[in-house]
Amino acid sequence: MATALDLQIHEIDDWSCCGASSAHPTNHTLGIALPARNLALAAEQGADEVVAPCAACFNRLAAARHEIAADDTLAERMSSILQRDFKNDVAVRNVIDVLRQRAARIVELTAAAPEPKPLSQMRLAAYYGCLLVRPPEVTGFDDPEQPTAMEDVIEACGALPVRWNMAVECCGGGFSISRTASVVRLSRRIIRDARAHGADAIVVSCPLCHSNLDFRQAAMELRGEPPMPVFFITQIVGMAIGVPRDRLGLERHFVATDPVLADATAAAAAAAADAETKRAAKRSSAAQKARA
Amino acid sequence: MPRAESTSSSHTLVAEIERHTGIDVRACYQCGKCSAGCPMSSEMRHKPHDIMRLAQQDRRDELLDDESLWLCITCETCSARCPNACDPARVIDMLREQAAAAGRGPQQRAIRAFHDAFLQQVRGNGRIYEAGFMVSYKIRSGALIQDVANAPGMLARGKLHILPERVKDLEDVRRIFRACEEDAS
Ligand code: SF4
Ligand code: SF4
Repeated sequence: MATALDLQIHEIDDWSCCGASSAHPTNHTLGIALPARNLALAAEQGADEVVAPCAACFNRLAAARHEIAADDTLAERMSSILQRDFKNDVAVRNVIDVLRQRAARIVELTAAAPEPKPLSQMRLAAYYGCLLVRPPEVTGFDDPEQPTAMEDVIEACGALPVRWNMAVECCGGGFSISRTASVVRLSRRIIRDARAHGADAIVVSCPLCHSNLDFRQAAMELRGEPPMPVFFITQIVGMAIGVPRDRLGLERHFVATDPVLADATAAAAAAAADAETKRAAKRSSAAQKARA
Repeated sequence: MPRAESTSSSHTLVAEIERHTGIDVRACYQCGKCSAGCPMSSEMRHKPHDIMRLAQQDRRDELLDDESLWLCITCETCSARCPNACDPARVIDMLREQAAAAGRGPQQRAIRAFHDAFLQQVRGNGRIYEAGFMVSYKIRSGALIQDVANAPGMLARGKLHILPERVKDLEDVRRIFRACEEDAS
């Protein structure tokens, strides 16, 4: 997919964990130094930008970059803690941002992909959660209350983004192991709101949001709530541009994605057939007119 | 209600918070917008605006000994919405650091243990593998109803199938941990 979108992506050699939601509440400096190590490695390896698939990693990298840029003494301390000449000159971006920049290319590839196009019949709720949009001065990404970047990508894929209320609400991901009850409460209100606004599925960009919203539905299913599939934005783009579905990891989801895709595929095929009938009718009436 | 102590002293919470974070908690006018949007406030005894008020009044014990600090999930909603740039999320982070350093408060044992276990992994391997997988594993294995306090222990013992792949330059990561601990003390 990266190749189709003209992206050159390399894994940072010897990257280490950024400390996620555990380092900064315990030791603020550590919460900056761990992501800074990755930024330093990326710079040494010649990258101009780091793209983080996970919202938490993106946030920690962006926060480190932001805090170091704003504070000269911190920048000096980082160079000594990291024992590297750290220049803080690598940009930090998230996946949605990168995909939105390629929206025109996604539109082209989507148009060229084979019929039927199930996405054309799907209503999708774009879920950003916390860490992509907050704190706004750190992430520098979109409107923190009403972001639209993911909706732009969804539209480029030919699908219909729904308007809903929970796009930037917290799903409780950080507590998924330590305080499960809170997470079920938070995830449930997100899923219910998506359903109430007519979504066939939720779209996320972060693996933590995904596992939370997807796997938490086990508990909800027990209480008889209907399933709500959760896709990664990369899976949506992959499907749109014609990457074979068996290469998209869809079978690893907890909530099955097949039923919703089968329905949408059938609807897309019907819509395509309908359009074809109309075109044929138009052609024949035009032909009749020409004969007359 | 105790009155706010003089803030001229450098030992008040107001002064300490300002020194460590640059935030002036006195700018908070208790509008409650932070608490209104906080996803955890329904579970907190001291909601975000209460925490700001207690800090203004230098009621340190009530703050550091209460579990509310540990219920904040750092979603940053409060800070993004505060009309006075008071940044409650950062204030809470700093208060947690203080509570942890002083070994105070109930500290929400499972949450604290999770952070510790997580960092222990990072220190030991430089990486955590498949955090999402742990979550799914836990639910798939029916652990939803299991005593959550066990989870960090399982994590520390590697029972949650964290692949032991390591950073090559582990000493580099460990040195960063040591340097940051020195930096904090
Ligand atoms: S939103 Fe800001 S000003 Fe309002 S109560 Fe919260 S911290 Fe204080
Ligand atoms: S950062 Fe913490 S206090 Fe602020 S809204 Fe989120 S959970 Fe509530």
